[in-house]
Amino acid sequence: MAELNTGDGGGGKDKKVRSKKQNSKVDLTAMVDLAFLLITFFMLTTTLSKPHAMDLGLPDKNDPNKKEQDIKVDENRTMTILLGDNDKLVRYVGLLATPVSGGAPKDFTYGKEGIRKELLLRKKAVLAYSTAKGKPKNGMIVIIKPGKKSNYRNLVDILDEMAIVDVPTYAIVNDFSPEEKQLLEGKKD
Amino acid sequence: MAVKMSKKAASIDMTAMCDVAFLLLTFFILTATAKIPEALPVDTPASTNENKLPENDLATLTIGKGKVFFDLKGREIRKRTLELMGQKYNVSFSEADKDNFAIMEGFGVPIQSLKQIIDMTSADRTKANQPGIPKDSLDNQLADWVQNARIANIEIDDKELQIAIKGDAKEEYPAIKQVMDILQDQKINSFSLITGLRAKDK
Repeated sequence: MAELNTGDGGGGKDKKVRSKKQNSKVDLTAMVDLAFLLITFFMLTTTLSKPHAMDLGLPDKNDPNKKEQDIKVDENRTMTILLGDNDKLVRYVGLLATPVSGGAPKDFTYGKEGIRKELLLRKKAVLAYSTAKGKPKNGMIVIIKPGKKSNYRNLVDILDEMAIVDVPTYAIVNDFSPEEKQLLEGKKD
Repeated sequence: MAVKMSKKAASIDMTAMCDVAFLLLTFFILTATAKIPEALPVDTPASTNENKLPENDLATLTIGKGKVFFDLKGREIRKRTLELMGQKYNVSFSEADKDNFAIMEGFGVPIQSLKQIIDMTSADRTKANQPGIPKDSLDNQLADWVQNARIANIEIDDKELQIAIKGDAKEEYPAIKQVMDILQDQKINSFSLITGLRAKDK
């Protein structure tokens, strides 16, 4: 403090000191540019690097000692999706032996043009069917059966489709009937 | 004359702007957390889901190449979990071991050789080629890790531990199912799957 004051007071008369004073302005443009660049970088990295997570709820595991109570479900509402190796995906509607019209086992691809179109179509159909029966709350039920050769990406992809299409009820089921196994493996060629 | 006047206004005082910029910069640098290196790098599949993962009370099971790695958030919880596991498997860990374990990344070794991993430096751990945590029915250490982590979490934070599964996209389904079964055996029926992000109409 003291030094600054004396400097000011002493320099008031001197011409040389005055010229020094004018020099004190620094061009801050480059520094500000850099600072904002870094700010942007840190802002984006802190918010974008957080991993995303998909919540998955599974039903309680069945106690083998307890007797299961079978719940009858209208087969017109169910669609079964089988996942196989090499991104193979087969779906059928209703029961495998007696599929609903247009619901015979058929191969689909993942993504917007493949299974999503079919899911949206079926969802509408099921809604119309349930409304006609007077129960508009009964939506589509999708049963997902990931095969032994399917990979984790397939599972996440199909769960993602469920979220996009907004399927009200879906379940992951692990047991395959022999016919379903054949459907997945037999049609390879 | 008028033209000359406008020339004078070209320089703006940037001091205040510079101050604000650096203040924000300092804030973001300090709040940013350093990325912890992953013990088992996996390529997570993408989904359109935008839910973020919780920051605390979280255990991550990383599955890739048939191996399972375990990671846990929170230093105190990690310490307590290690104590509980040590008691169960009769492996003693010193205080220094526990402190080191509290700050290290995820691991994938049987508890009998965990001490060697703890003693390594961070760079060596990634090279160590860890075999994964045993998870078969004879020696199901993974289930014990999960269970003890849940106990520790309730003791310290009084909250239920969240479980997240981070699987490699190419991992075959049975490996994922095995881990899900281990969780379900403990009545953990809801957990998260860690995914990347992608656009909806792809």
